[in-house]
Amino acid sequence: MPATKGEPMSNSLTTPGIVAGRLHPEDYTRHFDDLYPDYAAHEAMVAADRCYFCHDAPCITACPTDIDIPLFIRQIQAGQPDAAGKTIFDQNILGGMCARVCPTETLCEGACVREAAEGKPVEIGRLQRYATDTLIARNAHPYTRAAPTGKRVAVVGAGPAGLACAHRLALHGHDVTVFDARTKPGGLNEYGIAAYKAAHGFAQAEVDWLLQIGGVTLRQGWALGRDGSLADLQADHDAVFLGIGLAGVNALGLADDTAPGARDAVEFIAELRQAPDLSTLPIGRHVVVIGGGMTAVDAAVQSRLLGAEHVTMVYRRGRDAMGASDHELSHAANEGVKIITHAMPVAIHANGSLREVEFAYTHPGETGLEPTGETFRLQADQLFKAIGQTLDGAPDALTLAGRKLAADAEGRTSLPGIWAGGDCTGDGEDLTVTAVAQGRDAAESIHAALMGAGA
Amino acid sequence: MANLTSNFIGIKSPNPYWLASAPPTDKAYNVERAFKAGWGGVVWKTLGAEGPPVVNVNGPRYGAIWGADRRLLGLNNIELITDRPLEVNLREIKQVKRDWPDRAMVVSLMVPCDEESWKAILARVEETEADGVELNFGCPHGMSERGMGSAVGQVPEYIEMVTRWVKQHSRMPCIVKLTPNIADIRKPAEAAMRGGADAVSLINTINSITSVNLDTFSPEPMIDGKGAHGGYCGPAVKPIALNMVSEIARSPDTQGLPISGIGGVTTWRDAAEFLTLGAGNVQVCTAAMTYGFGIIKELTAGLSQYMDEKGFSSIDQLVGRAVPNVTDWQYLNLNYVAKAKINQDLCISCGRCFAACEDTSHQAISMSPDRKFEVIDEECVACNLCVNVCPVQDCITMEAMPKGAVDPRTGEPVRDYANWTMHPNNPMAKAAE
Repeated sequence: MPATKGEPMSNSLTTPGIVAGRLHPEDYTRHFDDLYPDYAAHEAMVAADRCYFCHDAPCITACPTDIDIPLFIRQIQAGQPDAAGKTIFDQNILGGMCARVCPTETLCEGACVREAAEGKPVEIGRLQRYATDTLIARNAHPYTRAAPTGKRVAVVGAGPAGLACAHRLALHGHDVTVFDARTKPGGLNEYGIAAYKAAHGFAQAEVDWLLQIGGVTLRQGWALGRDGSLADLQADHDAVFLGIGLAGVNALGLADDTAPGARDAVEFIAELRQAPDLSTLPIGRHVVVIGGGMTAVDAAVQSRLLGAEHVTMVYRRGRDAMGASDHELSHAANEGVKIITHAMPVAIHANGSLREVEFAYTHPGETGLEPTGETFRLQADQLFKAIGQTLDGAPDALTLAGRKLAADAEGRTSLPGIWAGGDCTGDGEDLTVTAVAQGRDAAESIHAALMGAGA
Repeated sequence: MANLTSNFIGIKSPNPYWLASAPPTDKAYNVERAFKAGWGGVVWKTLGAEGPPVVNVNGPRYGAIWGADRRLLGLNNIELITDRPLEVNLREIKQVKRDWPDRAMVVSLMVPCDEESWKAILARVEETEADGVELNFGCPHGMSERGMGSAVGQVPEYIEMVTRWVKQHSRMPCIVKLTPNIADIRKPAEAAMRGGADAVSLINTINSITSVNLDTFSPEPMIDGKGAHGGYCGPAVKPIALNMVSEIARSPDTQGLPISGIGGVTTWRDAAEFLTLGAGNVQVCTAAMTYGFGIIKELTAGLSQYMDEKGFSSIDQLVGRAVPNVTDWQYLNLNYVAKAKINQDLCISCGRCFAACEDTSHQAISMSPDRKFEVIDEECVACNLCVNVCPVQDCITMEAMPKGAVDPRTGEPVRDYANWTMHPNNPMAKAAE
């Protein structure tokens, strides 16, 4: 946490209100650097040596993209981390980012037999990062495009699902145009996760590397609905893949929840990720984050890292119901975030600007969560709302399943010629790795449809 | 507390750990450091004949193989015998022996294969008042190309001849160091015994190339693009050494011939194993070269604790204790039946036992959809591969079946001892009664 060296600060941890420059300049660099630096070669060898090369390994089963984990670890052991990287990319072209953001404790590492045996799994995530970083650093794309098919596919959304889909389609020789509403490609990798998880511009470096496959045109600043319709895309393309994510955010439904100082966590995270100089980014002295998912954690931890003195994360249910993993929550606690569970916001007290947020303790009742009657107030200069994102801007013609786009196992939507994947579909945890799997599988389905009989 | 004092062919030392003839014993400086650390004795690095000193390469003399965390598993060397003047070595040997009278001081020798050369050097060594000599018939590299070292050790007649000269021209105890680079270790041991050797020591190093550089296509260790085989030692060679020691210990032709055990001794446990297989003491080199002389504290304390726990009060009580249990395959009990047993509480479901058994053995382990692994007694031949590949110690064990119980694999009851010499399938079998 903040050190007290270097140049004098313009402000300090105790400056009231929402102000920039609470830290010394060098502290920003330190705080937002790589959370877990890459392995050195010897460390990787020692870590790889712990893998038992299990028969029909549980870690593979636990990976949404079915990476042959024992094989890639054995390739590291055998001194070919770049070959290990290829093994990973064969299944997951965004394996570099997944190595950084996957909740491995609930996926591969949670299934590792050494987790069961000793509580110390093989560090699969870090080994994956070592392998993928090694191959990406060579800056030689390991795949060659198939001969052009003459087919054109539109991919909407340059996030993990869209990029995985675009790469696999391009690999098969199709011409792909990726339409994306933001200035830069990457989706949540670029705009939606904590900076220390993708330090040193990794999200853009990964996209650049991925696009070396060729045959993919990026069209940034193009929003579905605003700049063109689904029908427009269908008119110009043989197939369309929608990886539009969840552009909407849930509201608290309280009076004054748009008071100055109250904002959506996703917006704060995006602003932070794009800030050229973090010392110019204002942050409150007292910050309250409402929510229990990864977005809430990323907002809370980064508030602390920007110099907020008191950061409290409040979730209406118990810890076991939180979307954030134990690992993430421990990290937040280590960084000094206070975590309060079983409490829901009932009032926002503002006086021109935000003053306090009032919460009621909850318990499970007959009609869901009910207030216990006991309330408390948290002082707050700044409030980040992280209570979930929603589908927004999806074409009306598509059938929904619950609150998301309906799609089958191959990603086919209710309309012929339209596929979808990633956070805008499904009912899962909205993981990056799941989005990659869905984008990849939809690309295979599109490829089969375009190249099949009668196509 | 157990008494670690050693008396090996009349040479006394405070413990049974000697440093083997090698770089750690090349000069007074190292040997004094070893004695200060607590080593029981040394075999001074091999002296050659009077004359221009031996020369060594000026590039890598050692190569190695390692475990994943750079644990050194095997070492190879192409260093020759001492490259210091004979006079200097002899002067230092005499001085060190005077300063450390309670430690064993044995001098390793290697001179051309003629009686005069041996006679000459023996006279010089005797003047140092060293406790004995060790004849280096083992070094497999360099000197062997000049008709010495393993070139002698590979011809039993030469061993016998030279040993006889040594005993004839010296009153010092004589240990003959054997090379493992031969077909039957008992033959050179018998030759040494015939020649009058007081003991044999083994093993010297094994011919080896540690690796090949796949960029330059040079064997390692590499000197200016070329490599020559070296001598292999360290933990990797211990099983080979244990077998050779036991072969000599249990052979009727060499019965009672004292043995100094060498080959991969790294911890007290290795030393104890050599002693039980018939070695009267042990010599150590690679472990000291890897970790320094400080390991002697663990070597002595560990052996002492083990002996206390087992109720042994002196080294002699341990020596040869396992020899009666080393036998030939033909005398193993073919009616002994065991079955693998998997402790489900310890099992971590890695499936290595299953892969090993299913792919490469007897298909005697089943795997359920929820990753439970169980032994199929009807198929298990107790080969022990599952035990060896299991990453969890004691998770899989071999359980002997009691006499009279029916082996589900054969349908036959477990019977009394019977070996191959009595087996009906053996055309040479003698009738059981």
